[in-house]
Amino acid sequence: MSAIPIRSSSSVRCIVNGRPVALEVRPEALLLDVLRDRLQLKGARRSCDMQVCGACTVLVDGAPVSACTYLAVEVDGREVTTVEGLADGDRLHPLQEAFIDHGAVQCGFCTAGMLLTAKALLAEDPSPTPERVAEYLRGSLCRCTGYRKILDAILACATPKAAAR
Amino acid sequence: MTGRPGGFRIVGQSVRRTDALEKVTGRARYLSDMELPGMAHARLLRSPYAHARLLHVDVRAAREVPGVHAVLAASDLTFCDPFYGPALRDRPLLASEVVRYEGEPVVAVAAVDEATAAEALDLVEVEYEELPAVTTLEEALAPGAPRVHTAEPLAGHFSDLSSLRAKPGTNICHQFDYTRGDVATALAGAHLVLEETYRFPRIQHYSMEPHGALAQWDDEGGLTVWAATQNPFSVRSELAKMFALNASRIRIAVPLLGGGFGGKTYAKLEPLAAALARVARRPVRLLASVEDAFRTVRRCSARVRLTLAFHRDGRIAALACEADFDIGAYADIAPRVIQKATYTTTGPYRVGHVKLHSNAVYTNTTPGGAFRGFGVPQLVWGVESMMDVAADRLGRDPVDLRRQNLLAHGEEFAPGDTPVDGKLEESLGRLAEAIQWSAAAAPGRAKGIAAMMKASVAPSVSEAIVRLHADGSANVLVSTVEMGQGARTVMAQIAAEVLALPLDRVRVVPPDTSITPYDQTSSSSRSTTMVGRAVQEAAQDVVDQLRKIAADMLGEPAARLTVLDGAVVSGAQRLAYPDLLDHHFGMRGGELIGRGVVAPGRTKTALGGSTPFWEVAMGGAEITLDEETGAIAIESYASVSDVGRCINPQQCAAQDEGAVMQGLGHTLFEEMVYEGGQLLNADLAGYRVPRAGDVPPRLETLFVENGDGAGPFGAKGVGEGGLIPVSPAVGNALARLTGVRMRELPMTPERVWRALRARTRPTTNP
Repeated sequence: MSAIPIRSSSSVRCIVNGRPVALEVRPEALLLDVLRDRLQLKGARRSCDMQVCGACTVLVDGAPVSACTYLAVEVDGREVTTVEGLADGDRLHPLQEAFIDHGAVQCGFCTAGMLLTAKALLAEDPSPTPERVAEYLRGSLCRCTGYRKILDAILACATPKAAAR
Repeated sequence: MTGRPGGFRIVGQSVRRTDALEKVTGRARYLSDMELPGMAHARLLRSPYAHARLLHVDVRAAREVPGVHAVLAASDLTFCDPFYGPALRDRPLLASEVVRYEGEPVVAVAAVDEATAAEALDLVEVEYEELPAVTTLEEALAPGAPRVHTAEPLAGHFSDLSSLRAKPGTNICHQFDYTRGDVATALAGAHLVLEETYRFPRIQHYSMEPHGALAQWDDEGGLTVWAATQNPFSVRSELAKMFALNASRIRIAVPLLGGGFGGKTYAKLEPLAAALARVARRPVRLLASVEDAFRTVRRCSARVRLTLAFHRDGRIAALACEADFDIGAYADIAPRVIQKATYTTTGPYRVGHVKLHSNAVYTNTTPGGAFRGFGVPQLVWGVESMMDVAADRLGRDPVDLRRQNLLAHGEEFAPGDTPVDGKLEESLGRLAEAIQWSAAAAPGRAKGIAAMMKASVAPSVSEAIVRLHADGSANVLVSTVEMGQGARTVMAQIAAEVLALPLDRVRVVPPDTSITPYDQTSSSSRSTTMVGRAVQEAAQDVVDQLRKIAADMLGEPAARLTVLDGAVVSGAQRLAYPDLLDHHFGMRGGELIGRGVVAPGRTKTALGGSTPFWEVAMGGAEITLDEETGAIAIESYASVSDVGRCINPQQCAAQDEGAVMQGLGHTLFEEMVYEGGQLLNADLAGYRVPRAGDVPPRLETLFVENGDGAGPFGAKGVGEGGLIPVSPAVGNALARLTGVRMRELPMTPERVWRALRARTRPTTNP
């Protein structure tokens, strides 16, 4: 397809949800496709394809990235967390519990990205203001819930300001 | 009845959604997660022109690409009827001779993977001869306008549209007329006559999961399609017609949907996937991208000319409506959208003299179809804005003027049509209280309200089967599609309530037309009412059978027996379900099957059926405005819905919060923009949907619950209503704040800023 000679594949070694993974991937392969098609981790969803909606958000070394526009080769030597890696065995992550309890889940297509984005936010700022949460979710769209219950669920997982000090 | 006296165990409780765990863990499976052995991946070549003659389509090179399993152009579709559409069979699977909108599929390829399919499409050569296009209502309705369609298409499968009323020689594909009383005389005698025109834009559903279908033919000529659809039975009948198959040979199975909002009603990609799979002789999965979804279906835009007349004392004297709906290049379900919405233009008000006319107008744009509200938001935007204009002119309070005109509980909407099944005054009162209507707004703020009343689809059929197994657990078989609205949870709650079982002993089976019984559609806010009632009946049928068996065992009349905690009880005696079944069948096996059917049938009203319930919603907004930029901020919003009874209060609130925010989208920013026939913003960078930061600081949802709904336990529908009052409530608040009356959506900062600037010059009316 391309006239420029490129290496047909690259080796990627990374940690995915706590487990070491070694893969050969094409240089143009997107992280989202590798996660979904090669590793059968279907939790990250494809929607806008242009890092606007956040349905494909995963964490790379703890930072939220849009897997739909992120090259798989870039995770070499790094740690990837997907929604499948959020729970500890059968014990749900507090954010997962909060999303269920607050009714923050409807169609579920945004849920994985929302959860991981929220995890990154709370790691960065354990006691965010409601405004901070809403701002942090600017790259995470939801067409069902109207966001209110998602915001409530995330705020319920925040450490109260006094305790954070 | 079942359950503890004086109350319900599970109905009315905000139980956890039955699908929540799989969704928060990433285990939930959607269509795009499904794969079959040997499955091919499909891609479509779409027209770059809004209107063009197809001079030549050459797919020979594409067929030679290794890994390509099927290449289809219109001329290859000799093995099926290549036209489809629910109201009119006017839509070709692949464009034939003419392309009618930018993005219309022209060639389809199935290959070993998407990259190979894309490579093959690159080799397709198409020669177009561009034709003049019509992309606005004005262009399409101009005398001598280019015609989008010239041939007479066949009617679809809705009987009430068998007499489609096209206007020959024009782009009008269907007209609806309704008259009651004598509008001309009423206008002549009216104290105040307002005439205004309101515009509503083209809106994209943007369900986060785009459309998709996976089709497979079996060795016996049967067809299975896994489809992201809201109404598998409509898809089935479409495919049955196209491929000349018995319905019994087609199986439509529906996984979880990543949102629907009306955009996944009726066949979309399923026919193409089926055609490709037939030729490829292997399963074919066709997944749309979001950009494809923008070119698949949208909300019909509209221009609505309204005449609203009042008596001196504030009573509405007459209403006349001339509405033009832009339905795009193919009819989809739009003819039904325009007639059903137009019929209820008067909304919750008593109006004796009514004259309504609407046109479904073809244009060279993405086809318009169903979208949350089904045409009603387009009309309510105008009518509810004018209620406030009238209040201003009559020197009346907008809440009082509305209250004076509300239909009473039990009053027929129109002669012979469904009586009002809620207490509209109570909704209005709750709203006024919630937004503290009587308290003056703070400086720089203003409040506005709006009301709406919407019909659900009629006639309509829903069936349910409940199977009680030997171990005392139950399956509920219904074809309700779970698209986020929580229907599966609600159906489980209803069945568990009637069967006196804990929720985790009841499992709702996913829709599969070869297994789960008929349901017309998961749309029109109808599932809780219609399918819910069928589930209630089916579960009650099982309970009646259980009581009969127990009566036989105990030698007591069945009428004296009740069910409680998984057992039939009589005084201190308790017979658990597994023991009853064991006794009945003489072994630990067998099952009891209950059936429920809800089918109100046809009526003599204008639409051929009478709504099974009225969806009632009212909304109030408090806004501020940045006069420098024209940007509106919603400081507070209250939504009131009359739902009869909340089966799951948390999910009702979730529906209305989502509806309000979706309504804010078309109120403030959303619009599909065309220029020269090209869709300029077919992606999420150019098309702005509401974000978390747009949630009003105060967003309240309230529910009127009088147990008077037509559904199970006095419940009725919710889901669309909350969206509908948003635009006029915000527009009315803006008018009260600034004196500027907006008549076109969305109310973007630029439009508001221009209107504010124009305010200084003399204008016709406020």
